[in-house]
Amino acid sequence: MLQLTGIKKNFGPVTVLRGVDLQVRAGEVHALLGENGAGKSTLMKILCGIVTPDAGEIRIDGQACRFASYHEAIAAGVGVVFQEFSLIPYLDAVDNMFLARELRSSFGLLQRAAMKRRAAQIIAQLGVEIPLEVPVCKLSVAQQQFVEIAKALALDARILVLDEPTATLTPGEVEHLFKVMRGLREQGVAIIFISHHLEEIFEICDRISVLRDGAYIGTCAVSEVDQARLVEMMVGRRIENCFPPKPAAAPEGEVVLEVQALQLKRNGPVSRFQLRRGEILGFAGLVGSGRTETVLAMLGAHPAVQCKLSMHGVPLRFADPAQALQAGIGLLPESRKEQGLITSFPILHNISLNNYGKYRAGGLFLDRRREAEATRIAMQRVRVKAPDAHARVDTLSGGNQQKVVIARWINHNMQVLIFDEPTRGIDVGAKAEIYQLMREFTAQGYSIIMISSELPEVVGMSDRVCVFKGGGIVATVEGDAVTAEEIMTHATTGRLHHAA
Amino acid sequence: MQHEANTLGSAPVRASSQARWRALIHSPLALPLVGLVVVSLLMGLASDNFFTVSNWLNVLRQVSIVGILAVGMTFVILTGGIDLSVGAAMALAGTLSAGLIVNSGLPAPVALLAGIALAVGIGLLNGALVAWGRMPAIIVTLATMGVARGVGLIYSGGYPISGLPGWISWFGVGRIGMIPVPVILMLVVYALAWVLLQRTPFGRHVYAIGGNEMAARLSGVKTTRIKLAVYAISGFTSGLAAIILTGRLMSGQPNAGVGFELDAIAAVVLGGTAIAGGRGLVVGTLIGAVLLGILNNGLNLMGINPYLQDIIRGVIILLAIYIAREWR
Repeated sequence: MLQLTGIKKNFGPVTVLRGVDLQVRAGEVHALLGENGAGKSTLMKILCGIVTPDAGEIRIDGQACRFASYHEAIAAGVGVVFQEFSLIPYLDAVDNMFLARELRSSFGLLQRAAMKRRAAQIIAQLGVEIPLEVPVCKLSVAQQQFVEIAKALALDARILVLDEPTATLTPGEVEHLFKVMRGLREQGVAIIFISHHLEEIFEICDRISVLRDGAYIGTCAVSEVDQARLVEMMVGRRIENCFPPKPAAAPEGEVVLEVQALQLKRNGPVSRFQLRRGEILGFAGLVGSGRTETVLAMLGAHPAVQCKLSMHGVPLRFADPAQALQAGIGLLPESRKEQGLITSFPILHNISLNNYGKYRAGGLFLDRRREAEATRIAMQRVRVKAPDAHARVDTLSGGNQQKVVIARWINHNMQVLIFDEPTRGIDVGAKAEIYQLMREFTAQGYSIIMISSELPEVVGMSDRVCVFKGGGIVATVEGDAVTAEEIMTHATTGRLHHAA
Repeated sequence: MQHEANTLGSAPVRASSQARWRALIHSPLALPLVGLVVVSLLMGLASDNFFTVSNWLNVLRQVSIVGILAVGMTFVILTGGIDLSVGAAMALAGTLSAGLIVNSGLPAPVALLAGIALAVGIGLLNGALVAWGRMPAIIVTLATMGVARGVGLIYSGGYPISGLPGWISWFGVGRIGMIPVPVILMLVVYALAWVLLQRTPFGRHVYAIGGNEMAARLSGVKTTRIKLAVYAISGFTSGLAAIILTGRLMSGQPNAGVGFELDAIAAVVLGGTAIAGGRGLVVGTLIGAVLLGILNNGLNLMGINPYLQDIIRGVIILLAIYIAREWR
């Protein structure tokens, strides 16, 4: 029914999809599986016309299609329920389902009653109960999910893409969702189901296609494979020679930072870990598993139910990142543009941003000569390539931008550096340089926490790894146990330690 | 455009003249300056009296109050905020000072300082509600604007408070040499603001918050404290403006300065400061304020109907913003 062949896509220098094939039959639930960044989301965005492919062909019922926009894809019968819902929070379910395709009378007025009848019909077909005239933001997450699905069905979708629909649902709600999916399957709808939870895939899906690093690995029937085989397909074997060698034995250094108890949500899991001097501690896990929130909560930049931590045995509490900075903890945030850089500032001011205490002349004023000198040294130390320190940061490549944010922190007497997705969106050469820098830092006595969604990176760089799932740490692995398979298994099937 | 070559290390190369030209064109001051020159020339053509020293000093004197308010406004807008309360805070500060002198018999210098202190207090209140209360600046300052007006009217019973000692008029209409005192005050305020914004860590943090508040916060900038400070500065400039206003009117008038906050915002925006914050120069605000003053002055010299003047000013502001957007 749906046939994708040879789909390719580059974003700038980064290849996201390198010739992906996918065939989905009518009346089947087809799982699309792969690590973070394997290309699943991009492939789905191509399918629904949000992203245009560089090469390749989409056929629906044998007919070649080129979608220039989401609207054209909808017209061809493709419905997508994205991870972030596309509902308008203050409109009710009926208005959301008919958004931009409202039924109108001949006077151009809304035909509210007709829309409501049709909406009720579709929702009843799903076998769920949803109050139709309540703003959707008042509904539970599961109900919103069903409104999304109903919206796709209201558009007569014959191909339904569900992007991690179960991530935020309770087991009971998941069960109901599966019932609805089975019902739709019987009506001949083709469903593409994206999930990281292998058990779910075995429960609901008929066939599985696996992507890895933007390449198509294979398709098989659920009955033919087991979990171990799937993990192997997802992880594969990769060249890992761009990582600098790890120090021979992980140093049993003193504990610099200890988190005794960190709980993000009421009744949520409680995490604890130690960070030793001169080590790289990897934070692995799937997107949304709570890694970034955990480090932000440590720094006082994210709410937490409880957060007990100490440095060198002294209990501390940070109300905001400024206090963490004084204690010697610095963060390289996940998103350079939104959280890292002041894009309207030149390199100089971006690096010196949190260092002004050091460049004072006469108490109040900036000592600009010392600022320029210190910045020049910092830039040399992390090897920022730029014409001069006055270049605007938005003219730099991603790798150099990242180095600018790193340089901001090594200007200080820092002890702990937190790198959140340090190599996202930068090219291979710059990646290798950043890995090299991280090892130089640990050799100088810094301790590093590295959050990464790229398994090879976690395995190649970390001395120890904390694996996250569902908002907390499910396992900590070290030494020879730091393997992609081990981490992936914990991240997809690990059990949480809940608060006593 | 990616700079890949030239690892840093050698002394920075002197900017070529071409690069300097480009820097000039892309400077946020370029457009306001062009606007100032063009409008001046037009006014000069229309009126013989325009290009005289006395007329220019007159223009500067006329813009001094809005010009000083616009300094505080520049700080606030650079952080991405807005302060609608400046006109009302100024009127309240002036009314309080006059009342303390005339009704309570306080020494005039103490009363004037009390007016400034009150204006700073209003600024601190705005800042606290925006920074700690996390409320939108436009709503907070709209509310405090109303409150300040109301308090002023109650305090004065709605009537101007006159009977001030004669020397206070020096602030409004006095001269040092041939230069009006309010002009000197305004230029001093601009000089101080320039130093604060360009030469101190505080100034950098102001720009950083407007450029990317999240990034500034995550890198350890004390964002709440800085935001509190910019509203306090805006209150302080309102208090200063109140002294000039009081000197000019020789009374405390609770209804003075209505709409001045909008003129101050217009001056900031015409001066090339981004309304979303992060970009702009206080010198630009001065140019913007003078530009507005020239428009008023020139249109008056030409004898144009005041109602029509409002329309012309509005159209010119729209035009300026449009050109500025196309320019980038």
